[in-house]
Amino acid sequence: MSDTHAQTVAYVRDTMLPEQAPPSTAAGPIKWMRDNLFSSVLNTVLTLLSVYFLWLVLSLVLPWVWYGSWTATSLKECREVVADLGLAHGAACWSVIGERYLQLIYGFYPAELYWRANLAFVLMIVALAPVLYPNLPRKILWFSALYPFIAFWLLWGGTLWTPVVAVAGFVLGYFAFEALYRLAGSLVGVIAAILVPVIWWLLLAGPVANGLASVLPLTIETVESAKFGGFMLSIIIGVTGIALSLPLGILLALGRQSDLMIVKAICVGFIEFIRGVPLITLLFVASTLLNYFLPPGTTFDIILRVIIMVTLFASAYMAEVVRGGLAALPTGQYEAADALGLDYWKATRLITMPQALKISIPGIVSTFIGLFKDTTLVSIIGLLDPIGLTNTIRADSNWNGIVWELYGFIALMFFIFCFGMSRYSMYLERKLKTGH
Amino acid sequence: MSATTDPPKDGFQLSQLIYDTRYRSMTIQIVALVLFLLGVGWLLNNAAQNLAALGKPLSFGFLGEAAGYDINQKLIEYNNQMSHGRAALVGVLNTLLVAVLGCILATVLGVIIGVLRLSSNWVVARLMTVYIEAFRNVPVLLWIVLTMAIFIESFPAPRAFRGDNASASMSLWDSVALTNRGVYIPKPEMYAGSMIVVVVFLLSIIGIFVFGAWSRKRQEETGQILPNFWIKLAIFFVPALLAYFVLGRPIGLELPELKGFNFQGGIYMRNSLIALTLALGLYTAAFVAENVRAGIMAVSKGQSEAAFALGLSPGRTMNLIILPQALRVIIPPLISQYLNLTKNSSLAIAVGYMDITGTLGGITLNQTGKEMECLLILMGIYLTISLIISSVMNWYNESVKLRER
Repeated sequence: MSDTHAQTVAYVRDTMLPEQAPPSTAAGPIKWMRDNLFSSVLNTVLTLLSVYFLWLVLSLVLPWVWYGSWTATSLKECREVVADLGLAHGAACWSVIGERYLQLIYGFYPAELYWRANLAFVLMIVALAPVLYPNLPRKILWFSALYPFIAFWLLWGGTLWTPVVAVAGFVLGYFAFEALYRLAGSLVGVIAAILVPVIWWLLLAGPVANGLASVLPLTIETVESAKFGGFMLSIIIGVTGIALSLPLGILLALGRQSDLMIVKAICVGFIEFIRGVPLITLLFVASTLLNYFLPPGTTFDIILRVIIMVTLFASAYMAEVVRGGLAALPTGQYEAADALGLDYWKATRLITMPQALKISIPGIVSTFIGLFKDTTLVSIIGLLDPIGLTNTIRADSNWNGIVWELYGFIALMFFIFCFGMSRYSMYLERKLKTGH
Repeated sequence: MSATTDPPKDGFQLSQLIYDTRYRSMTIQIVALVLFLLGVGWLLNNAAQNLAALGKPLSFGFLGEAAGYDINQKLIEYNNQMSHGRAALVGVLNTLLVAVLGCILATVLGVIIGVLRLSSNWVVARLMTVYIEAFRNVPVLLWIVLTMAIFIESFPAPRAFRGDNASASMSLWDSVALTNRGVYIPKPEMYAGSMIVVVVFLLSIIGIFVFGAWSRKRQEETGQILPNFWIKLAIFFVPALLAYFVLGRPIGLELPELKGFNFQGGIYMRNSLIALTLALGLYTAAFVAENVRAGIMAVSKGQSEAAFALGLSPGRTMNLIILPQALRVIIPPLISQYLNLTKNSSLAIAVGYMDITGTLGGITLNQTGKEMECLLILMGIYLTISLIISSVMNWYNESVKLRER
């Protein structure tokens, strides 16, 4: 065969050719551009349009941001400095941020006490860490549980005995449960665990705290709520609301899913009412109406009232998210838990709720993000959150009329917080994923 | 745990109320109800005592009293001698106006952005992602005040349009004036005979539906497909245009004109209305876009492949196979976005747009001091609007839902 071949054909290649690079249109950046940018006429038009749009926006914004003045001490001076640059659209006056960033962060919190707010913030990260990252030692969770009381004391000041006495209520409740649980069974234990702390807080806590404070003051300077502001206020309202709305939302979701008709009706009514009205009306209730519903003569702090309303608002949305998770669980899971002989609370705690929460992570986090963004609404009822502070800053004759720099800075800060939260939720989803 | 159940014992013991599952749920519910009623009663009792102590009995009589304040944006007749109730009605209409405009804007933009985000074009997809992330992660209140600031700061004052070498000029062939006081757009002017054109136009819209039903019936009977889209387009435009020209162009445009210190004529749209609509629409569009994207991605690839295998054209594949399935996923979250937009429109108060929160919950509340009554009515109105929107949209959702046979 090979002989005849050699005779009939003049030349036969007996070695492989070296591999050649693919043509430049089928590999590398050119192929990528052909596939992703210019694959059809429509795509080409879209690409050119969006590049033109990008150029328009960036050529406007980038010089404005980059050549901004950091040194001018008033808007008038800044305008003069910027006019000398000869830019078509002027440039930013970043010096307002340089001058007022402390106010945007802390509001009117006394400057010599900033360390307390900072310490509370650092401790918050420590307290959140074990919740966010499960591989950290579990013992830190005890600190997380105590953190709200520490933060309250650090931020508002006053005597240390107030938070200590408040914590003592929980400890008393625990001991009451332990003692009566053995003697009289779980039901009596639970009732005692609720009643004892309530009696303690309502009747005894105040006098005990006063008594202890008169013996050993342990007092730090008090800061009134009116001085709170800026991102500190947003974070206080946001984080407290987030921490409280999740458990409340879970309870509401369980109530809505339960077979007990009256409990269900109460939960449905609450959820639908809250979801039907805007947050701003609830904040109006907090600022003007809430005191009417309390015994005559009681007044309490506006920040606390706002936190209560924001929490109730977010918990209704949270309840719907968690209910979605519960409904998405296959019925087999509920039946399996029943078949194992678990009672309702055990089945919920061990089988259904962990899975339901895992399913609803994206919804839960977007509710959190929504809540954090909604904290800006408090500026409408006169609290000095960052947006409220922009008016205060503009009231200064030096900065009268400044808009873009302040809004840009605030938007950037909110974006960092919220975008961070949404990225964390994606990380959590990946981590908890058990499917294939 | 023992598998056999104990035979029921005779007689009823009190402990059965707690330990017997037959009675326990009753016990729990009754306890819950009693606690709930006690709580509500306590709150109401406190409220009654407090109101009595302040000398402000609960009454809604103030709604009939003269309001005494002006509202610059109104859809119905109103002046400051009219009642608080009338002012509230103006507010409700303003809320509905901004909600409807915002929902339309959000839907149109959201669908476009959601589809473009799935585009194979890298730049476009990235640009849309940036848009969505930017709007979703910054508070809507900030977007509202920012949009308002853009209108006030960057548009020229009316006097900039004056003179021979004016620094500003009207856009769109001298028909629209963008000023820092608001936007002036042309206003349609009706001359004699214009009603006939309008009636013809309305009739042709009815005609489109009639034609659609007839064409569907014909297709089911004979299997023949007409070029429905073009015929419907023709019915939409041709009769009305014919009538318009035959009757000698009875509808004209009144253009805004600069007279003195401000523009006259045309329709004057306030900054606050436009800024609020734009901000709410753009903000909600980001959420709608995500819903649309999720809806399209939820339709499995096999569906479009199957449609192509049946020989359907891409357009019909989209209309008959993909969209009906995607809509089923898109509509429920879309309902809640519409509700959110309506509720967010209460932030109008930040830019001075007089919606229901601005009239009833703002000026009326401050003038009369009737916090309890005003907020009750305010919440009631929002609840009603929410319920109406969600029931209408749920009805629509039912109609597109998969009918299982």
